[in-house]
Amino acid sequence: MQKVAEIAQKRAIQLLNQGVVNRVIGWKKGEFGYDETPAVFTTAAGIEDFRYDVFSAPNLSKYLIDESKKEGKILAFLKPCDTYSFNQLIKEHRVNRDNVYIIGIECGGMADINTIRNRGAAGVTDVADNGQTVIAHTLYGDVTFDKNEVLLEKCQACKGKKHVIFDELIVVNPQDDEPKNRFAGVEAIENMTPEERFAFWREQLSKCIRCNACRNVCPACSCLQCVFDNPRSGVASKASPDTFEEQLYHIIRAFHVAGRCTDCGECSRVCPQDIPLHLLNRKFIKDMNAFYGEYKAGEDSETRPPLVNFSKDDAEPSVISDKGGDK
Amino acid sequence: MSVEHESFKPTIVAFCCNWCSYAGADLAGSGRMQYPANVKIIKVPCSCRVNPTFVLRAFQRGADGVIMCGCHPGDCHYSTGNYYTRRRMTMLFDFLDFLGIERGRTRVEWVSAAEGARFASVMNDFVKNVTELGPNRKITDLRTKPEHKEGE
Amino acid sequence: MQRIGVFICWCGSNIAATVDVKKVAAAALNEPGVVFSADYQYMCSASGQGLVKDAIREKGLTGVVVCSCSPRMHEATFRKAAESCGLNPYMVEIANIREHCSWIHKDVAEGTEKAVILMRAAVAKVNLNQSLVAGKSDVVKRALVIGGGIAGIQTALDIAEAGYEVDIVEKKPTIGGKMAQLDKTFPTLDCSACILTPKMVDAAAHDKIKIYSYSEVESVSGFVGNFTAKIRKKARFVKEDLCTGCGLCTEKCPSRKTPNEFNEGMNTRSAIYIPFAQAVPKYAVIDPAACLHFKTGKCGLCERTCDAKAVDYNQKDETIERKYGAIVVATGYNVIKLDNFGEYGYTENPDVITSLELERIMNAAGPTGGALLRPSDKTHPQKIVFVQCVGSRGQRPCDKPYCSKICCMYTAKHAMLIREKYPDTEVYVFYIDVRTPGKNFEEFYRRAVEQYGVHYVKGQVGKVAENAGKLRVYGSDLLMNEQIVIDADLVVLAAAIEPDESAKKIATMLTTGIDTNNFLTEAHPKLRPVESATAGIFLSGVCQGPKDIPETVSQASAAAVKVIGLLAKDQITCNPCVARSDELLCNGCSSCEKVCPYGAITYIDKEVNDHGKREVRRIASVNEAVCQGCGACTVACPSGAMDLKGFTNKQIMAEVDAICR
Repeated sequence: MQKVAEIAQKRAIQLLNQGVVNRVIGWKKGEFGYDETPAVFTTAAGIEDFRYDVFSAPNLSKYLIDESKKEGKILAFLKPCDTYSFNQLIKEHRVNRDNVYIIGIECGGMADINTIRNRGAAGVTDVADNGQTVIAHTLYGDVTFDKNEVLLEKCQACKGKKHVIFDELIVVNPQDDEPKNRFAGVEAIENMTPEERFAFWREQLSKCIRCNACRNVCPACSCLQCVFDNPRSGVASKASPDTFEEQLYHIIRAFHVAGRCTDCGECSRVCPQDIPLHLLNRKFIKDMNAFYGEYKAGEDSETRPPLVNFSKDDAEPSVISDKGGDK
Repeated sequence: MSVEHESFKPTIVAFCCNWCSYAGADLAGSGRMQYPANVKIIKVPCSCRVNPTFVLRAFQRGADGVIMCGCHPGDCHYSTGNYYTRRRMTMLFDFLDFLGIERGRTRVEWVSAAEGARFASVMNDFVKNVTELGPNRKITDLRTKPEHKEGE
Repeated sequence: MQRIGVFICWCGSNIAATVDVKKVAAAALNEPGVVFSADYQYMCSASGQGLVKDAIREKGLTGVVVCSCSPRMHEATFRKAAESCGLNPYMVEIANIREHCSWIHKDVAEGTEKAVILMRAAVAKVNLNQSLVAGKSDVVKRALVIGGGIAGIQTALDIAEAGYEVDIVEKKPTIGGKMAQLDKTFPTLDCSACILTPKMVDAAAHDKIKIYSYSEVESVSGFVGNFTAKIRKKARFVKEDLCTGCGLCTEKCPSRKTPNEFNEGMNTRSAIYIPFAQAVPKYAVIDPAACLHFKTGKCGLCERTCDAKAVDYNQKDETIERKYGAIVVATGYNVIKLDNFGEYGYTENPDVITSLELERIMNAAGPTGGALLRPSDKTHPQKIVFVQCVGSRGQRPCDKPYCSKICCMYTAKHAMLIREKYPDTEVYVFYIDVRTPGKNFEEFYRRAVEQYGVHYVKGQVGKVAENAGKLRVYGSDLLMNEQIVIDADLVVLAAAIEPDESAKKIATMLTTGIDTNNFLTEAHPKLRPVESATAGIFLSGVCQGPKDIPETVSQASAAAVKVIGLLAKDQITCNPCVARSDELLCNGCSSCEKVCPYGAITYIDKEVNDHGKREVRRIASVNEAVCQGCGACTVACPSGAMDLKGFTNKQIMAEVDAICR
């Protein structure tokens, strides 16, 4: 991983100096050693701060909506799952492909600081990545973890290590491209009774504080003005003492991104209340795959998303009730 | 609960497309075919005009069931509208089910302008199902139903 | 705030018997915006309408709710009444308290409660209604007819006779279509060519009709009244302005082995050819796949033969662009391919033929000069078996589920003609049902059976196999409940007909509907049979469904009338309840464009002023003349930029709120 970061850094400086790009978007160190933050670098000297490690989880694609409209070309480092988001944004005409130089960067999975903490590492000051293992430096000494055990949810459910769009690649250690089962969590909820499902979601969604972080980080939520901020939409609302508006917010948000969501998992990663928002999106993905054929949003930049498409012999809506369970 | 069911009259919102289902409802009327008065019809040009927001809004404001009626697939006045409805509402209703909103409270039915009798029987059946499920407290804005306290 | 008047109709006792109209009128006054309410026995009557009009004038109403019968009955009536006294017609809404309330409920309390709620929903909507003004657009006074068979010719002639220009685009080198290939027509037995060719000549000679033969429509853009079509004129390699149609070149041409399409491949034609003697327009055309000049660079005989110097080997396809106000699709049909019907041995045995091939054999201009000779050995067949419903009314994948409609009658015609000309020939017809609904059709069929002694056998043929120079036909007679074996000399298959393969492409091009069998769909199966669901696109002939000639001609004339009705207008009024995109909210994502069935949405780069921030954005733009107002785009739009006038998000949500209150 460190080697990848060094190559990336060098290449970024090279491209800046050659004038191929005039800016670079990547990650820089945050306040702590585990909160790498998206950053735009404009000088070769500035790139000293560039970081790429197990905490470089933020998906940079959404930043390119604005960045690609600016003067000159920008270099963007995109992890495999981030390239899906970028492709989807091309499909929706939200980014200017010509203004972005994409380096597809190798990803071995990103770590979740909360898991590290929950697994007994208190007082974490910094974290080092050793490829297979992750070492948390804490006030009380070092703790070593198997990386697979502390991965972010979105990386546990990694959809593959293939970059679907790039101008060049930095891949030092080719990774196993086998996608993991993403739908176990959805299935677990499907197997509950309606009462249990409702109880589950009421508990989860009532935690929502309407900070809008999920929306703001989501590359599919790229509207200039969100319907929830638009008083004329009829659904605009703020945080409410009751849970119903939060439900509405999350249902509508999930429906709006259905067929467009690339399952980048950022919504769950950034949620300060740890609501498993990815399950909402994955439910749609699972259903669309089951009813309308396998579809991966962002796999390319042309095909029609399932909800703006149809086939004359699509399943009838009654398939839902026919799936069994009580009425 | 059974006592409540007998007196419980659910509020049902039916979205009907102008060309087929609304006309089917008219035909049910001209044929004097009875179905419960709890069904209130909202006319839309095409079932594909129905935004999921409308469905959620109905539930929030106190509806106990929402039914969507359109032309039979292949007969859409706008040729393709109900194909989109079919996908959207299959997705939405399964999603609501995923959140624990009973699937019996939502339904899509294709009713042509000639199917007055079917319109009436579909409504009778739907009202019966929703009545059995009882009042919807799940995604209603509980403030609109003062008699039901949160956590009841 | 609106000033709304609510008018409750008794409809005699139709409403008043189950709904307490006075109570509804009183309840209306509690609704926001309502300043006036009234009830009346017959609101749709002149005096009822007068009540509405007076209230609009005297109370200064800005909105009207009429609680009455279905809007399908009288919405237009009340909107007209409102308009007559200066109120925008789209400020009127109907609460349907008859079909949706009084007629289906018996209990007065229940009926009244529901009527109040329906009234409340309509009032809630009207509170958010806005005056809508229907747009107008100019009409190009020219029609395009795609397909030059009898359907297209008849439509074009009728439109031209009304004084409007018409272009016929025909993909073959000549107009005439399938009817030109037929020998005689049922039930009158008059000669097909004798009644068709004068019409072909009329079309060619008409100063309002322009025929683009050997041409195809490549693309169509625009909307009702204002279509633009790109027409590709395929290279004939013969200059139309010079060719006299003398046919000398076709005689000299050394390449003579190409199957003759006009005779269903039962004889051959030259590489430079005129499809048939009465072809219109009568120009030669070179088939480059057969021409020695194109294949080897040598020859050039036709060029040297032509005194008119019409041959031009370097001619290229040419694309022309023309504007039209209306388009008629008349693409016709083909007989299905019989490759998958092994039981009849059509592909193996030359003496198993289709009825269309028999038409050519019977025709004086056909491959046998009109003599009934079987293809294999040119002998006169003594025993002929006709098989009905080959590929029609079937359930297998290779079958068509529908009835091809024309086969029963043309088979009776063939059987009769054969028995008339060759009384020594025995004729058997295997049928599932004999369908003769048409003027003089049943009489015609009875004549075939009774007067001409054609053997009709109710049953199907299971197998046709070659046996010692004969065709052994294994069939079953369902009435006698026995198996039949006939050693026939000739087997004629009434193969199903299907829409021409171009129909699908054309339907997509015109964004009009097509059914599972690739027949184009009419706007309404009963009441609008010649219009497509897309405004300005009309249907003529078999492209819409199987038809015989008289039916085709009537439909063709009906389509022409619809076109004339459209072209007679200088401007057309558009439906004002169309989609509208808020340019400040539009993200430019193209979702709406993808779901629009009419191609009414285009994306433009436009400078917008977003609260002082000026920038060029890619935004959706709705062509109001094309939009039909379905609303598919409004749901596809994630940002809420797209809304539908007359059925806005807020209006529908207000209705929902009013009902669930």
